[in-house]
Amino acid sequence: MSEAAPSSQQAAPAAGAPLLKVQGVAKRFGAREVLKSISLDIAAGEFLTLLGESGSGKTTLLRLIAGFEQPTAGELWMGGERLDVLPPHKRRVNTVFQQYALFPHLDVRDNVAYGLRVKNTPKSEISGRVDEALRMVKMTEYAVTRPSKLSGGQQQRVALARALINRPQLLLLDEPLSALDANLRKEMQGELKALQREVGITFLFVTHDQEEAMALSDRIALLRDGVLEQVASPREIYAHPATAYTAQFIGQTNLLRGEVRGGVATCGALRWPSPGPDGPALFSIRPEAILLADGAGPTPNKVRVRGSIRQQIYGGSSELLEVDCGNGQILRVRIPAYGPLSGDHDFQFSAADAIRVRGQ
Amino acid sequence: MYSRLYKAIVSAPPLLWVGLFLLLPYALMFAHSFWAVRDGVVVHEWNMRNFHTLISNPVYFEVLLRTMRIAASVMLFSLLLGYPLAYYLSFHAGPRKELLYQLVIVPLWVSYLVRGYAWKTILGSTGVLNGFLQYLHITRDPVGYFLYSPFAVVLMLTHIYTPFVFLPIYAALEHIPRPLVEASQDLGASPRSTFLRVILPLSMPGLLAGATFAFVLSLGDFLAPLLVGGPSSTMIANIVQSLFGAANDWPLGASISVCILSITVSLLFLTERVEKRWSFK
Amino acid sequence: MSSANPSRRAPFLTIYAVLVFCFVYLPIIVLITYSFNRDGVGGFPPRHFTLDWYRQLFADEGIWNSVLNSLIIALCSVALALVLGLLAALALDRAEFPGKALFRRLVLLPLILPGIITGLSLLMFANFARMRLSLFTVFLGHGTALISIATTELFASLQKMDRKQEEASLDLGATPWQTFWRITLPNVKLSLIAAGLLIFTLSMDEIAVTFFLIGADSTLPLEIWARLRRGITPEINAVSSLIFAVSVALIIVWYRIRMRGIGAEPQEILDRPQPDSAV
Repeated sequence: MSEAAPSSQQAAPAAGAPLLKVQGVAKRFGAREVLKSISLDIAAGEFLTLLGESGSGKTTLLRLIAGFEQPTAGELWMGGERLDVLPPHKRRVNTVFQQYALFPHLDVRDNVAYGLRVKNTPKSEISGRVDEALRMVKMTEYAVTRPSKLSGGQQQRVALARALINRPQLLLLDEPLSALDANLRKEMQGELKALQREVGITFLFVTHDQEEAMALSDRIALLRDGVLEQVASPREIYAHPATAYTAQFIGQTNLLRGEVRGGVATCGALRWPSPGPDGPALFSIRPEAILLADGAGPTPNKVRVRGSIRQQIYGGSSELLEVDCGNGQILRVRIPAYGPLSGDHDFQFSAADAIRVRGQ
Repeated sequence: MYSRLYKAIVSAPPLLWVGLFLLLPYALMFAHSFWAVRDGVVVHEWNMRNFHTLISNPVYFEVLLRTMRIAASVMLFSLLLGYPLAYYLSFHAGPRKELLYQLVIVPLWVSYLVRGYAWKTILGSTGVLNGFLQYLHITRDPVGYFLYSPFAVVLMLTHIYTPFVFLPIYAALEHIPRPLVEASQDLGASPRSTFLRVILPLSMPGLLAGATFAFVLSLGDFLAPLLVGGPSSTMIANIVQSLFGAANDWPLGASISVCILSITVSLLFLTERVEKRWSFK
Repeated sequence: MSSANPSRRAPFLTIYAVLVFCFVYLPIIVLITYSFNRDGVGGFPPRHFTLDWYRQLFADEGIWNSVLNSLIIALCSVALALVLGLLAALALDRAEFPGKALFRRLVLLPLILPGIITGLSLLMFANFARMRLSLFTVFLGHGTALISIATTELFASLQKMDRKQEEASLDLGATPWQTFWRITLPNVKLSLIAAGLLIFTLSMDEIAVTFFLIGADSTLPLEIWARLRRGITPEINAVSSLIFAVSVALIIVWYRIRMRGIGAEPQEILDRPQPDSAV
């Protein structure tokens, strides 16, 4: 039902041949199909986020790319060569694990140098590169500390350095910020983004936090029940969600059920021009697209609604209003901070802000 | 949360018991090692002669060395058998892991004597092993060396202690978080490299625990030599046994016991130290 | 298509593991097989199945006397070790007192010390206290040595327990004594049973400590030992096989209890004591 059509749902990656091609990859565990035929291209140098609820398959997809699981169907290609036939230690892919997985019996230096040591890199080279990596994540003064003595944020930096020092073609990050508290999280988000820009390595980031995804990504791939719901840049996915699920998962929205006939959409008592095929339709309207319109006269291409305010939640810079428009229609409206409101009021929104979405 | 009275009531009985039946006996044994025997009676004369005897008497010294050799062999072989078994169970056994684990534990519950006796019946000249070899015409005459030799003692004790060594190693291996193994592979280490650099070091506390166990318990074993060892395999504990029996020299016997006790405590101390260094949350 | 994860397949390791398994089980299998062999122990292959040795065993009064003695000692040892072990575990888990580190090490020492040391030290104690050697002294030896098993098992169980339960009980008005009986004890119930089974088995099998502390009577292992000195008969195979069968039955029971949840990991019982970070 909400299956992603191959090309129309995906904003194409930036110029050039993709670094990683996921082709029809599926994964089942016993009777459970966790991934149901995923196809995705990841461009070199981009920051792509796999976004989804728990159980959506995002971590499984990550592990398939890292090599800790094998796909039950489909193929993985990287840089023109088959990836899924390689064992993890032979892939030019590195992972930052959710719990960091730092080696407790090695200090920070040795942890970071690990990837170089197992490939028998000359000692002289190791030393310099470790210093550089530690400097990049600002952990130089902790070089001889044991992981158990570090805070969560510090461990995370070490995990990053340990992965990046190997200059992988692709860096996988498995919800690396989920174990941090809110403030630290925001700070690390900024650092992560800057780091990615600096080193230019392709990042594949997994999270369930849509705000995080919006803040960090060049593109977001929304996964739902093992299927790609939509793949697009944050702005695109917010302004033009393809499905009801996407509209509700990313940001907040109002879903209006109605019908389109002859270029006109009808939802209850509301009508507005809407191109597109006839038939039952579902529309998504963002709360901030609905404006307070008391006193304004009717305007072309603006849809007027009248309703009574059931609830008002003050949010500092804005108010979130719950508006009862009759016939069981409840709209959520976000307006700039106004002061207490009650009773009946007029609202309006642009026809262009009513995005037609698939789904139920 | 707990009143001091509660804590006192709870701690007192075991403390008293341990003080009376562990600390005091060890202290007595310690004291005896510095005393002497005259005309079959223990005399409270403080001296170091017993320890001197232990080192200077060639018979005792040789037995001590032999015991050390046997204990070291048992430790080595139990590790060689126990570690790969634990590793296999932990990393390769999959869903049957729990069942296999129980199967390995079963022999631990079977009497030491029963298992020692089993070896006795197998290794003798008219035993099962010889019978088997003759049946297959691999040998014509029974091989006498299997039984009543240090070989038999080492074999029997290895058999007894392999499951003992297996246990702490398996526990340590199970405690290694699997993401660490994945991280090592992710960073480019081959399976062999991952084992040497990550798995082995992190299993070291368990390995040392098992090794200490096997070594110390073999060191103090006096039953195996009597069952399957014969006169050529007398171990230090047999000497102690006779000193407390027919030879009737308690102080000398106590001094040897004190040595065994000291070795045990030192090894425990050492392994605890190493464990603190390697340990992690 | 793509191959299975290569680290899963390890044929040599598998074969080696199987061989080790065989080594551990072979003697026992041989033992049991030959207990049914008419021509006695030894030779190959066994022929002539017979139950005669078992019949002889059941008629053997000496053996059954020693079994009775062993049972009495074992049951008493279980009682003593569990009570003192529980108290020791509680003390280690909750109380701070001077000498706690020494106490912890002392309690656990008999686990790793060769039995002869434990036995001899208690012999010296008995001598010092002018006690006659008897089944009672054997009981003292077993009980003391096996407290360590109970302590390890129960300590682990207490650590896993949720402290908040006891706090809630006190909050609701129960006295510490009531809390102990209604909350703490049920939580460690499974561990108590499991430890009890293990202590029972170890006591029934104990030789080294018993050797030095026994008087005129005999326990089962010592009785078997004495007969062994006289010569091998398949009757000993028979009694050994029965011991094995009982042991297996006990371990199945133990396993079932284990699987019911609360309790130490089986390997922790025989593990070396872990350094207590609080000490």
